[in-house]
Amino acid sequence: MVDVIDGLYREGTPIKDTKAPGGPIDKRWETRKFEAKLVNPANRRKLSVIVVGTGLAGGAACATLGEAGYNVKAFCYQDSPRRAHSIAAQGGINAAKNYKEDGDSVFRLFYDTVKGGDYRARESNVYRLAEVSASIIDQCVAQGVPFAREYSGLLDNRSFGGVQVSRTFYARGQTGQQLLIGAYQALQRQVAAGTVQMNSRHEMLELIVVDGRARGIVTRDMVTGEIETHLADAVVLATGGYANLFFLSTNAMGCNATATWRAHRKGAYFGNPCFTQIHPTCIPVSGDHQSKLTLMSESLRNDGRIWVPKDPADREKDPRTIPEQDRDYYLERIYPSFGNLVPRDIASRAAKYQCDAGKGVGPGGRGVYLDFADAIARFGRKTVEERYGNLFDMYQQITGDNPYETPMRIYPAVHYTMGGLWVDYDLQSTIPGLFVAGEANFSDHGANRLGASALMQGLADGYFVLPNTIRDYLAAGPFPEVPDSAPAVVEAREAVQQRIDHFLSTKGTRSVDSFHRELGQILWEYCGMERTEAGLTKAVEQIRALRADYWKNVRVLGGNEQVNQSLEKAGRVADFMELAELMCIDALHRRESCGGHFRAESQTEDGEALRDDEAFAYAAAWEFSGPDAPPVLHKEELVYEFVEMKQRSYK
Amino acid sequence: MKINLKIWRQAGPNATGKLVTYRLDDVSPDMSFLEMLDVLNEQLIAKGEEPVEFDSDCREGICGMCGLVINGEPHGPRVTTTCQLHMRSFKDCDTITIEPLRADPFPVLRDLVVDRSPLDRIIAAGGFISVSTGAAPEAHATPVPKKNADRAFDTAACIGCGACVAACPNAAAMLFIGAKVTHLGELPQGQPERAARIVKMLNQHDAEGFGGCTNVGACADACPKSIPFDVISQLNKDLRTSLVRGL
Ligand SMILES: Cc1cc2nc3c(=O)[nH]c(=O)nc-3n(C[C@H](O)[C@H](O)[C@H](O)COP(=O)(O)OP(=O)(O)OC[C@H]3O[C@@H](n4cnc5c(N)ncnc54)[C@H](O)[C@@H]3O)c2cc1C
Ligand code: SF4
Ligand code: FES
Repeated sequence: MVDVIDGLYREGTPIKDTKAPGGPIDKRWETRKFEAKLVNPANRRKLSVIVVGTGLAGGAACATLGEAGYNVKAFCYQDSPRRAHSIAAQGGINAAKNYKEDGDSVFRLFYDTVKGGDYRARESNVYRLAEVSASIIDQCVAQGVPFAREYSGLLDNRSFGGVQVSRTFYARGQTGQQLLIGAYQALQRQVAAGTVQMNSRHEMLELIVVDGRARGIVTRDMVTGEIETHLADAVVLATGGYANLFFLSTNAMGCNATATWRAHRKGAYFGNPCFTQIHPTCIPVSGDHQSKLTLMSESLRNDGRIWVPKDPADREKDPRTIPEQDRDYYLERIYPSFGNLVPRDIASRAAKYQCDAGKGVGPGGRGVYLDFADAIARFGRKTVEERYGNLFDMYQQITGDNPYETPMRIYPAVHYTMGGLWVDYDLQSTIPGLFVAGEANFSDHGANRLGASALMQGLADGYFVLPNTIRDYLAAGPFPEVPDSAPAVVEAREAVQQRIDHFLSTKGTRSVDSFHRELGQILWEYCGMERTEAGLTKAVEQIRALRADYWKNVRVLGGNEQVNQSLEKAGRVADFMELAELMCIDALHRRESCGGHFRAESQTEDGEALRDDEAFAYAAAWEFSGPDAPPVLHKEELVYEFVEMKQRSYK
Repeated sequence: MKINLKIWRQAGPNATGKLVTYRLDDVSPDMSFLEMLDVLNEQLIAKGEEPVEFDSDCREGICGMCGLVINGEPHGPRVTTTCQLHMRSFKDCDTITIEPLRADPFPVLRDLVVDRSPLDRIIAAGGFISVSTGAAPEAHATPVPKKNADRAFDTAACIGCGACVAACPNAAAMLFIGAKVTHLGELPQGQPERAARIVKMLNQHDAEGFGGCTNVGACADACPKSIPFDVISQLNKDLRTSLVRGL
């Protein structure tokens, strides 16, 4: 047996992506598509695929697989596939169309994404993402997605998230909604055609693995409580990210890690769980009742100026009465060349430091000002209204303050998870027949995601990548039929039933939400914007204690055979507890700062993130070895053949 | 703030429901309406009473999952979704009645949760443009005048919440369908199927048991996304074209 390192984990054999062909980067995808086996159209109907999740990744995959003639069974936990959390994306979607002739290209998008990810993503995957990006826009336009247009009738683009080219396509502040409705309508068309069977209000609670292959799932009907078995030749998870681990995040109330975590427990490795993204411009917490946080588009930083009072004694004052010389526009001061437009992680951390120093404003002292007074003076109120009117209205709706008159208050919030199930170039996990798409996988963003790239990845995976790679696997099918009485099926169903029975019979003293809130506080404190050896060690201990208490002390009322949201949440929080521990262990073991992962011990003299490429130029793929056993780390070495590794600088 | 609540409780689809009274003593005006219900639920759980079931997901006014009838109005007193309504819209000691989005085609599943799947089936009947993945031409091949693109966007903003149906005395889903046929009908890509789309969607609408439109206008007043009432005129106009073509 290998030694336990730091008392927390073991190291196993390295892991490799064996699917990406070598050779010139711009030929790899073409080669793979050519080499992947084909499935005769007449056989597709006999091949069944389960797709869990109908967001951009899952919705697009269902529609495309259905059109190709496969027999698709789709699942989502909301009452309609149109409500997946992709709907909430505001800013836009990147694509290397170079419509502006400003020097953009597939290679530049690839380069920016690798660099933005702080050199912790695979080159082959990222290049493919950039390569298919242009087809996404074509597809969406043909479906009727109403992107913003210029007076010429041609598509408009803007620059987003600090990149120097304009490659972001958008539909006002509702890009995710419009893209998702496009995918949803394509999906509904297949529902009508009979190729996709849609199961809404169904939650996946377990994966079924038979003879080493993913062959099905166990779900709970969220209306009747019925525990159902669904079997197929392959399973796709497109279940989104796990930012909800933190309780307070910009994710939807139901976002969860249950599908991916259950698969992890059945053998799928989890990649880079500690890579989370914190968004600098969210509306701050207003009180203990807070249930989620609302993102205010990053575009606000183009014209708003961020500041705090120089003197902590001024925190309670009306900001309008604080004279110019008593304000600290700290981003402009520390980063003179990028100013308020520094990348998300830097802006977030800087806000935290100001608040830690006692200069934070608003309830609890966790907020900084985002001030539009100068912009209004310079461009006039009307222009500011045209640019940001809907955001200002939303802010006023939520806070009751009018941002035209008084500065907004903002604070960072957890927003996105780069980590996810480990997949190879084919998007296949370490369980044969289990594919993972969209935010649920770890594939393309390394340690940090650029703005407008998640929508691109979700749709790239769903429309173009997965349908081409899954056929290589399905070509060997249909696989032998699995009877309902197969031991793996019975065992999976029983596990689900036992968990439900446990929650309903525990009759403890604390609600699920109260545990979830406490878990979130631990993570935010110790595994949020800044992480330290001591803090993470403490977090692991606290999470373990909380988890033990959870199983003994949670109170879930009502029964199984009814709509029971406490019961739904109980299962999700149980999985969050285990994932949270792995996240802290991953953060502990990665003793470097990179992208969204900032280890206080690893910084330059002037306080910037310091990568350690010698020791950590790898993706961490974690293997489950039991709920109370140390996980096993498998390293996937990252090699950069086309982009040179550099240290970021924004000064 | 102190708030009195009268909330519809119904154990299941076939159970009889009733309004039950609750009282909250410590409501902050900064709470969202749904956070106020979260607080109530925490109190109920602490007392050993089953919490009130209600739907929500994004809590940002965009997914369309939430939707309660508040003092008789779907989504309450303001032009926004239930999740974006805040307690500062109410007064200390107010009594608030909360009911599900009621309509015959939307049966109650439990408490405030209803089944809105008929809206998905209406979209499946024809609310799309038939273009399979990979079959799309270059995006700039067909310019779309900004005016049409903007109107397409305005109507594509529908979140499928069903408030229009609950507001309508006839339980018609015409605003919902009007929004979709206008969205797709404004775009060149939507033309080939335009005439057939509307007939298929309306047939499904009727089959689901929604009622007919009698121009009341309550739908547009209730719509959190301000879908304009005139999409229904557009729908009628397009329908006449379809009928002339014998579809
Ligand atoms: C507020 C906000 C703004 C954003 N803005 C942008 C932006 O401007 N540009 C950009 O590129 N990205 C943006 N992002 C990120 C981006 O929206 C997401 O990463 C992306 O949409 C995720 O898509 P997905 O298909 O992977 O997952 P999702 O859209 O989250 O879909 C997950 C699906 O899985 C289902 N599901 C989950 N668990 C289960 C289960 N156990 N059983 C059954 N079904 C399950 C759900 O029902 C849902 O259908 C934003 C994110 C947020 C939160
Ligand atoms: S038209 Fe308005 S009220 Fe009706 S479903 Fe759409 S958004 Fe909701
Ligand atoms: S919860 Fe999504 S619109 Fe209200």
